[in-house]
Amino acid sequence: MTDSDVKLVYQRPAGFDARTTHYCPGCTHGVAHRLVAEVLEEMGELHNTIGVAPVGCAVFAYNYFSFDFVEAAHGRAPAMATGIKRTLPSKTVFTYQGDGDMASIGMGEIVAAAARGELITAIFINNTNYGMTGGQMAPTTLPGQVTTSSPKGRDVERQGYPIKLAEMLATLDGAAYIARRSLHDARSIRQAKKAIRTAFEAQRQGLGFTMVELLSICPTNWGLNVADSRKWLADHMLPFYPVGDFKVNPAINAAGGN
Amino acid sequence: MAKELIKGNIAVAETALRVGLVSYFGYPITPQTELLEHLSARMPDLGRAFVQAESELGAINMVYGAACTGHRTMTSSSSPGISLMMEGISYISGTELPAVIVNVVRGGPGLGNIAPSQGDYNQMVHGGGHGEYHLLVLAPASVQEAVELTALAFDLAEKYRTIVAIMMDGSLGQMMEPAELPPFVPLREEVPDWAVKAIPGKPRVVLSSINIDPPAQERFNLRNELKWQKIRRDEVRFREYYLEDAEYVVVGYGTVGRIALSAVRTAREKGIKVGLLRPITLKPFPVEAVERLVPQAKAFLVTEANNGMMLDDIRGLVKGLKPVEFYGRMGGVLPYPDEILDAIEALVKGPLTLEGDPRDRWLAVLEQKIGVGV
Amino acid sequence: MPAKGWVEINELYCKACETCITDCPSQVLALDMSRLSPKGYHPAFMLLPEACTACGICAVVCPDAAITIYRGVRPSPKEEK
Repeated sequence: MTDSDVKLVYQRPAGFDARTTHYCPGCTHGVAHRLVAEVLEEMGELHNTIGVAPVGCAVFAYNYFSFDFVEAAHGRAPAMATGIKRTLPSKTVFTYQGDGDMASIGMGEIVAAAARGELITAIFINNTNYGMTGGQMAPTTLPGQVTTSSPKGRDVERQGYPIKLAEMLATLDGAAYIARRSLHDARSIRQAKKAIRTAFEAQRQGLGFTMVELLSICPTNWGLNVADSRKWLADHMLPFYPVGDFKVNPAINAAGGN
Repeated sequence: MAKELIKGNIAVAETALRVGLVSYFGYPITPQTELLEHLSARMPDLGRAFVQAESELGAINMVYGAACTGHRTMTSSSSPGISLMMEGISYISGTELPAVIVNVVRGGPGLGNIAPSQGDYNQMVHGGGHGEYHLLVLAPASVQEAVELTALAFDLAEKYRTIVAIMMDGSLGQMMEPAELPPFVPLREEVPDWAVKAIPGKPRVVLSSINIDPPAQERFNLRNELKWQKIRRDEVRFREYYLEDAEYVVVGYGTVGRIALSAVRTAREKGIKVGLLRPITLKPFPVEAVERLVPQAKAFLVTEANNGMMLDDIRGLVKGLKPVEFYGRMGGVLPYPDEILDAIEALVKGPLTLEGDPRDRWLAVLEQKIGVGV
Repeated sequence: MPAKGWVEINELYCKACETCITDCPSQVLALDMSRLSPKGYHPAFMLLPEACTACGICAVVCPDAAITIYRGVRPSPKEEK
């Protein structure tokens, strides 16, 4: 056999910068980063993209991508992305936000950006807790789930109910594509990548606001090993946060989006 | 170009457009709303970005994003809205970005009212947001001056990569006066190297206010302080009226400075040797201008539409060498010229004192005048 | 059965989370308990290289994009340290 019979099947995407991330072992933030980098590379958009990093575990996301990035105040990434996109409308602009950032302190900004049909893509990491500050209750924490600020389990009578952000944003006319996917196994990750691709394509087509919610694991704060975390996600999060497309602008299908 | 009769808020908005405003993000609040309305009508036709944001918090963070692109951007608001913007003001400062913010100050605290006030002096001049940062603060006293300072604000913001705030008040924003606007300049194509632009072949740019390593943050802050030293040296602006032979020095800015000028003119007609120092840059403050007047002055009178915020700065500069008295109105009430004239005549009548706190004496006067008991 | 491909694990990125090991349908991978990566982890390695089908699942689930996958016959195994 010669070298020409060897085929490169997969390699680290060019958009995912050559450095070790600060994420805990097994954390699916890395998967989400990688998928965004792969999609942008496949679309030929790597050098036409500006990212907006959040406050939370992904606060240093700007270190891990090979293109221009800015770092927003907590929850304000959609507003900052709006400022960039409106000034540079030919660029692909996305925010990368966790559940505390987007669904709690940044709820105003994300809803308003979606309602305006802002031509940005929001990548939303839902791991049911505030990871960076050590695992407190988030707006996405499941009923009964133990966190460091709901030590006896989230009591919905006292602490309210979780927010299903994808379903909520899907009600807005400005939203072109709103989907939820999971990152707990290979099949789900492949579907997540397709959704991210669809979202960025819809942005390029100028169809409106796009958001992909990604169910993620947080082994460190959940107090589980990586394998058990993935199982916990499947057993507990998937029934409460079903994956699916909650809003699909008809023009996406017409254009042959996947 | 000919002068036209124009409202302060609209003059500022139109000037910003003419000097190359690329994007505006704002939220309606009285008494600055005409500024936003004017731009909402003008910017889409010019192909420029106008967004009525969901809140002032949204607006300032849109400005943050737009400022990252290196193109001219601004927002405007009034006191309660500026309070909400303090987060973004700190972040923009922490990222060293140019932006222009207009604060058409109204009576406070709280929801207060929509009448003209200078109650935001401390918020604008001495901070308001978290951490160490400095804003350049410009205080126009007429619509024409607001036009000139708006054009200057964009230049200074870019020159120093800083926020420049224009501190007006409700009366200046609403007032119609003849003013000459600058000519329309074409938008600049090139953007600075530090801006995010996502252009192939250009080095990657990351803009952030994070310095997770404290010594790195300290170096950043030190560099900012040194830059500020240069601004303090080079960018002080003020106007002096009748000060050459003045024995009494009135200090007032913005609309109150203008009201004080008419009081000073009346006092001059009465033969009182009084002059006015009107700071135009509240920050950097005209420190030397005040210090130069100390030897010649028998006494200073500080006048503001607040509870004596600049008073503390003036007392710090006069250092107890000469009496400093204060006359102010609060909560959306402006002092009338005759009230300031009374305060000038009280200085002349004496007795002058270096003892006690001028704020106590002012409170006694005001309490008698508007009659509230504690 | 001859291997259909092979994987390379970049030890700079690998954090020993074991996700690739759990998910490999052919049980090719394991942690190398005899060595530490520069970051102090026991990196994943090909314990049963002959079983690799180059299916790509390990790379799909790897949170650190540490895995490169080749299809075909490995040219020279001498790189194995």
